[in-house]
This record gives sequence, structure tokens and C-alpha cells, in this order.
Amino acid sequence: MKPFQLSRNAFGRLVLTADDGRIYENIVPARAFPISAPEAGLALIDEEGHERAWIDSLATLETALGSEIRTLIETVLAEREFVPAILRLRHVSTFATPSTWQVNTDRGETSFVLKGEEDIRLLSASSLLITDRDGVQYRIPDIAALDKHSRRLLDRFL
Amino acid sequence: MTPRHRDTRATVTPAPSISVPAAWQAWALSFLSPDEKILAWVAIDLDARLRFAQELVVVTDRRLLGCALGNNASLEGEPTCREWARRDGQRLSHDDHAGVGTLELLDGNGRLHHWRYTLAQDAAVLRLVQAFGRRQEEPSPESENGAALCPVCGTPLTADDDGCPNCAADGTAPPPSTWILFRLWRFAKPYKGSLLLGFILMLTSTAAGLVAPYLIMPLTDDVLVPAEKGVPVDIGLVALYLGGLLASALLAWGLGWGKTYILALVSERIGADLRTASFEHLMHLSLEYFGGKRTGDLMARISSETDRICLFLSLHLLDFATDVLMITMTAAVLFWINPWLALVTLLPLPFIAWMIHQVRDRLRTGFEKIGRAWSEVTNVLADTIPGIRVVKAFAQEGRETKRFQEANRHNLVANDRVNRLWSLFSPTVSLLTEIGLLVVWMFGIWQVSQSNISTGMLLSALAYIGRFYTRLDSMSRIVSVTQKAAAGAKRIFDILDHVSNVPEPVQPVPLPTVRGQIEMRNVVFRYGNRTVLRGVDLAVAPGEMIGLVGHSGSGKSTLVNLICRFYDAAEGAVLLDGIDIRTLAISDYRRHIGLVLQEPFLFFGTIAENIAYGRPGATREEIVAAARAAHAHEFILRLPHGYDSLVGERGQGLSGGERQRISIARALLIDPKILILDEATSSVDTETEKEIQKALDNLVRGRTTIAIAHRLSTLRKADRLVVMDRGQIVEEGTHDVLIARRGAYFRLYEAQARQVDTEFALAEPWGNTISTTDRSPK
Repeated sequence: MKPFQLSRNAFGRLVLTADDGRIYENIVPARAFPISAPEAGLALIDEEGHERAWIDSLATLETALGSEIRTLIETVLAEREFVPAILRLRHVSTFATPSTWQVNTDRGETSFVLKGEEDIRLLSASSLLITDRDGVQYRIPDIAALDKHSRRLLDRFL
Repeated sequence: MTPRHRDTRATVTPAPSISVPAAWQAWALSFLSPDEKILAWVAIDLDARLRFAQELVVVTDRRLLGCALGNNASLEGEPTCREWARRDGQRLSHDDHAGVGTLELLDGNGRLHHWRYTLAQDAAVLRLVQAFGRRQEEPSPESENGAALCPVCGTPLTADDDGCPNCAADGTAPPPSTWILFRLWRFAKPYKGSLLLGFILMLTSTAAGLVAPYLIMPLTDDVLVPAEKGVPVDIGLVALYLGGLLASALLAWGLGWGKTYILALVSERIGADLRTASFEHLMHLSLEYFGGKRTGDLMARISSETDRICLFLSLHLLDFATDVLMITMTAAVLFWINPWLALVTLLPLPFIAWMIHQVRDRLRTGFEKIGRAWSEVTNVLADTIPGIRVVKAFAQEGRETKRFQEANRHNLVANDRVNRLWSLFSPTVSLLTEIGLLVVWMFGIWQVSQSNISTGMLLSALAYIGRFYTRLDSMSRIVSVTQKAAAGAKRIFDILDHVSNVPEPVQPVPLPTVRGQIEMRNVVFRYGNRTVLRGVDLAVAPGEMIGLVGHSGSGKSTLVNLICRFYDAAEGAVLLDGIDIRTLAISDYRRHIGLVLQEPFLFFGTIAENIAYGRPGATREEIVAAARAAHAHEFILRLPHGYDSLVGERGQGLSGGERQRISIARALLIDPKILILDEATSSVDTETEKEIQKALDNLVRGRTTIAIAHRLSTLRKADRLVVMDRGQIVEEGTHDVLIARRGAYFRLYEAQARQVDTEFALAEPWGNTISTTDRSPK
């Protein structure tokens, strides 16, 4: 991995200084496999959408360039990523779609509208990704970990 | 009709204060100065750590306020507020990524604050940003046109909206249950007369069937029992009873035949109407709907689900109705014979009813699951068959088979689960029946021994009860078929209830003559959570040819889709001759649009039919003239059957260029005022491109044309080039002007010139093969 420097400017944006001294502003980190392997491969993308640096994994980044840079990237990622995990389904308005779901998530209580059954994506046998009407994604990391009431409601959509 | 798009800058009135949501009303009164005007607000739904929270951001004429509530969900407690006085150099910017938006307050030195929100609030945020950017004395567009805003989500409402289109999509539909079957009444209504006749026949045939067991009673008591005691048999009486038995059987047969025939006829028609209605509705749904659904699933719904409902209506519902009648009548007769006997007979009924109720819900869910599993099977078919070339080319037949196997296995598992329950259900009902009969025998024998009833009465009652319970057994079957049909009906009504995202206006504006002037005003569009167009303004004069260029993914095709009204813009408007296209009848509007796509789609049929697709009434001369202008005439004549040659769904037997020229002829024939060329030449080699280009030149003449092209050379005839980048128009002008500016277009042009050089260096063996390998050879 080529060394580079990363900092945050007054506008809250990342600024990347490549090893050849070139400076790229408004850098955003992007995971290559956000679902199947979130830790394994990150690109730093500039405003134009060009890749300016590739990070094999956050662990190798830390060993190569120090923990500060890793923390910075992780902070920025945390600010960008919003996939609340559903902990409990309190209520669904109907078993037909569109249906309004009231849920408890790891980021608080909310409700959303599920447009169609095809917006529920099966990631594995036990985990799901649900996209609501506005494009917000919710995940259910482990169906078996939900309580019985939630499982029964969910089952009607699967 | 379109007052909201009229420019009324001449009559400037001060912007009135906008009221905040009810929950914040009290706070607004206490916090704001009396003469302070609220220009816009948005209810932010996330906090800085991306947890769900409530915060109100308000733009007034003097400051920007952000007020957060301590606890989530409920609007209780004192809000904590931060404020920023409005200064020059401040601006609000917003951006979104993966369903979450960011609103930032910036000044020259840096970021002052930022808020996060889910895209449900996007429209409101956009208005907030616009209100903040506007100079204070300028009126807001809302006050300018008086258009109402939705009180819930702040979406602007058009005159012909009944409610807010954004909120209407909420899941407020009634829950699906067996009741959904009653919605089929809409389709049964036209056949009211036949249904009534069928019902009367059913009533009479059932009654006729009940005569036979009743005759057992006098036959036993008046003939058999006296005969046993040595009394001579009265032949006349026997003949009367036996004749009665035969007559009732014949009557029941005739009436039953009439009933079944009439009702089957009606239900078949109801099923056919249902199928047509769902297909017709499907045809009018927007592209967005088709984008989100899988072909196989839709096919399964319209074909097999309607069939299942039809079967239910013609067979099972009929049987069930007969059974109910039979049971009611039998119960009445039994009560009439002996009330006590009747009561004992009916004893197991509540048990069976209870069991049916218990099992019902679980069965229905099971059948819904089977429906989905079945769709999955069809999906694999619908995926694989059109892509068979790719499957074979990559030698993945085994993998596809495995995928099919897997889908099939899911289907099996879903079926197994239901069958487990179902297989238990039916024998249990039989067992209860047998036990019921046993009880009746016991009670009957006791009663006969007490001389309360005659032997004939008991035998007659047992005959009734036998029928009664066999009906009950078959009746219990109705549970599963009803649930199946209800699940099917739900999936059909899912389609029928889906409101097109591109709604027909209630009172369409008539469109007499079209000049072909197109205007896009501040158009914003999203696919799901990805913003594809970010405020596009574009005006195209009548007859002008615009070349749209830009990297792939820059929003060119989306722009064109919005002009065709395949989708509606999330914000802003598209206007034709100054009229919002949303106020025009869709078919009226599309009649004026000719579309030539990168992948021409030919329907199964002759070439002539394909050319005349947009105008089925076209004469042969017109078809030939269009083909000639499209430079398709000559190659069509070379085909053995000329214009009558059959072409398949993907136009097998024709090369890409030939198919494209047919689709150009198709567009020419409808003589559209507006022409859209979406990468019309990018899937063919340079030689063919020249041919197509000649055809296109004929097509473009005198029409407002918007052409998307990857190869910039294709756009040499364009009056103006529009360069797009990441959902925005970055440059506009002629080729020379843009080259001189050395901006985005210049870079694109340079990159392509280099690419062409490499292509020539490779002597063109590879230049276009990547895009043509997938086409069928001639």
C-alpha cells in the first residue's frame, strides 16, 4: 500500500495527500463489499468519482499508517453509513404491501413503509436487508435472535 | 391550467409566514419574535450520531434555527435550540448517500453545523435550502402560485391531487384476509342474472336431494316394520315410496346439471375478466414498477393465480354453497323429526368449526408462501431463457439447473409444511364424524327402547346425518382452497391496487397542435436512494437537435425517461410547449414522441407489423415509405418473405443494424414532433452506424430531437450539445464553443479521440467486438 495522509478540513471533508504530494479534497471512503466483507477493501474516492487510494483492509492500514488514520476513516464511515439493525417488530399495518412497519432498531424507534415484498433481500438464510420507500436500509442480522412476535410478523413477508 | 409555472415576478408580495407542524406550534409562538416570519421548516429525523430523533430546522427572515428534543419519538420536553443569524456568505448545502441526507450550513471559512435526515424529508429539505438561498424580499414560490403543501410531509400538491401523493403510498390499505375474496364481486357484478338463476337451481336441486332420506321414515315404519310383524305388504304404498325416491333422484340430477353448468360458465368468465383487468392495469403501470418486479413473478400472478381463483369459484365455492344449503336444510328437517336427536347430531359441529378456525390462519400463510416459492421457480425460468446465450457461452448450464433445483426445493419445502398440517386435518374431521355417528346411534337406540321415536325416524335421521357429515368433511376442504384463493386474490389485487407512479391527470389538458418546445425546470429525480438528477434546467426550441453527452451514469438516460414520462420528476417540472406534461393525458402526449433505443425490441410478428406498431392502421404504402426513409427497405426485400418475414421477440435472424433500422422506421411512421435517440447507434459497428446515421438524418429533419450518444462523432448534426455530469448540466453550446472552452466536453472529446487512435492502431479487430459479441449473427 502506498503511503498517504488523510485529514479533515474546516468543512468537515476529508483531504488526502498522496505520496507524490498531490492533494485531493472532498475524499469519501467507500467499502467495496459493504455486505459480504465490510472490513476487506476500501477505496478513497475523490469528487470526480476516481479512486485515489485503495486500502486492503482496515487492519493492514493500521499497521502500515498508524491507528489515527484508521480512526479517522472509521469515524467518517460511521457518519456515512446508516443501516439500522431491527431489534424488534412492534407492529405492521398490514401483511399486504405497502405496509407500515413500526420497529425498534439499534438507533431508536421508528416506522417506515415497505413498498413491496421484493424490497426484502435475503442476505443469507438468517439475515435480511430491507429497503423502505425512501431508500433507507434496515438490516436484520439474525432472524433467530428476534423475539417470537417479531418473527411471526416477519414470517408473513418471507 | 398551470398558474404555478407562470412567472409573476412583476407582482412581488412579501412572503407570508408558514405555519410549523402542530406539535411545534406552541414552541414557535414562545420562541420567535411576533413579527418574525417562518419561510420554511423541516422536521429532521436523525441526530448527529445517526439515531432516530426529532429536530426542527426553521428558516425565518432573520435566522436559521435548529431545535432538538431530548427524547425520541414523543414531542415532549423543552427543546434545546441553536440559532445562526443570517449573514452574507452563508449557504445551506445538501447531499445524500445511501438513503441518508446531510444538510450543511457553510460560510466562507468552514462548516458551521450539519444535520442528518432520512430521505423521507428530502423534499422539505430542498425547499428549506431554496428558501435560505432566496433573498428575503423575494417571494417564495409557494406564495407565488398559491399551491398547497401537504401538511404531513410538505410535498407540494397539484390541483388534481386528492391527497398527498407522497403520503398516500403509506400502508393504510385494509388487511388481507378471506374477505379479500369479496372484492371479486366487482368482477361478478356483470353476471348478476346468471348467478341468481344458478342460485335458485342450487336451492331446488339441494331440496330435491333431501327427499330421499325422508322417504326412509314411512318406508320403514309403514312397510318394513309391519311386514316383520306379519302384516301383508301394501304394493301400492311401496310403489308410491319407491317412485318418489326415483323421481327425487331424477329431479336432483337435472337441476344439479343446470346449476353446475351455469355457474361454471359464469366463473370462467369472471376468471377471464380478472386476468384481462390485471393485464390491462399492468400495462398502465410506470416503468418504475416493472423495474422493481421480476418478470416471472408477474407472469405467475397473472397466469396461475387467476386460474386458481377461477377454479375456486367454479368448483369449490359452488360445492361449499351447496353444502351449506344442504346442512341448513338437513338441520331443519332433523329438528322437525325430533329436536333432541337433532341436538345430539349437531354436537360435533362446534368442535369442527373450532378446528377449522385454528388451522385457517396457518394454512393461509402457508399458501402465501407456496405462491412466493412458485414465483421464484418462474423467475428462474424468466431469467434464464432470455439469457440462454450468456448461460451457454459461459458454460453455466449446471449452475442454472442448480438454481432451478433450489427454487424447486423451496417450493417443495413450502408445500411440505402445509401438507403436514393439512394431512392431519382431514382425517381428524373424519374421526370426529365417526364419533358423532356413534353418539347418535347410542342416543337413538336408547330413545327407540324408550319408545320415544320409531325405528323409521332413527333410520331416517341416520341417513340424513350420514349425508350431513360427508358434506361436513368435504366442507372442511373449503378451508384450504379458500385460503389458496384468498392468497391468490391478494397477489392479484396487489397489482390491481398499485397506483401508477405516473398517474393520468383527472382533467387532462387538451393538446391540439404540438410545436415541440421542451423545457425542464429544476428537475430532481431519484432511483431509490440514489439521486440521479440534481436540479436540471434545459430549454429546447421546436425543431432543435440537442446532443446529450456525458459519462455513463451522468443521468442522460434518466433525463430522456423523464421527457418520455416513463417516470415523474421528484421535484421540478417538464413542460411541452409551456404545459406541464403531468397535466396531459399520457397516451395523448406519448403519441408525439418517437423513441429509438439502443436495444431495439421487435415483437413476435411480421416486419410490417413491427414497423406499424405505433400506428396499426398504417397502409402498406406508408409502411414501405417509412422503411425506405429508414434505409431498411432494401434489406427487407432481400429476405425471402419481404415485409411478411416473421421476426421473434429478440429479432433472431436480423443483425443489430437491421433491427435498429426497423425501429427507426417504426418511429418515422408515427411522425412524432419529438424524437428521442437513446444511444441509437452505439451497439453496432462503424459501417452499420453510417447506414443508421443516414436513416436517422431522415428521421431528425424538422423534429425536436434529443440524442444521447456515446460516440461524439454521431452528434455532428446537433444544433447544441449539452454536457451532463453527475446529474447536472455542466456545459452547453456547439461543438466548437465547447472545445474552445476546454472544459468537461473537451476532456470527453480528447479521451475519445485517443481511444479512436488506439482502435485504429489495433486495425479494428477489437474496436467494437465487446459490444457486438452478444448479438446474433445474420
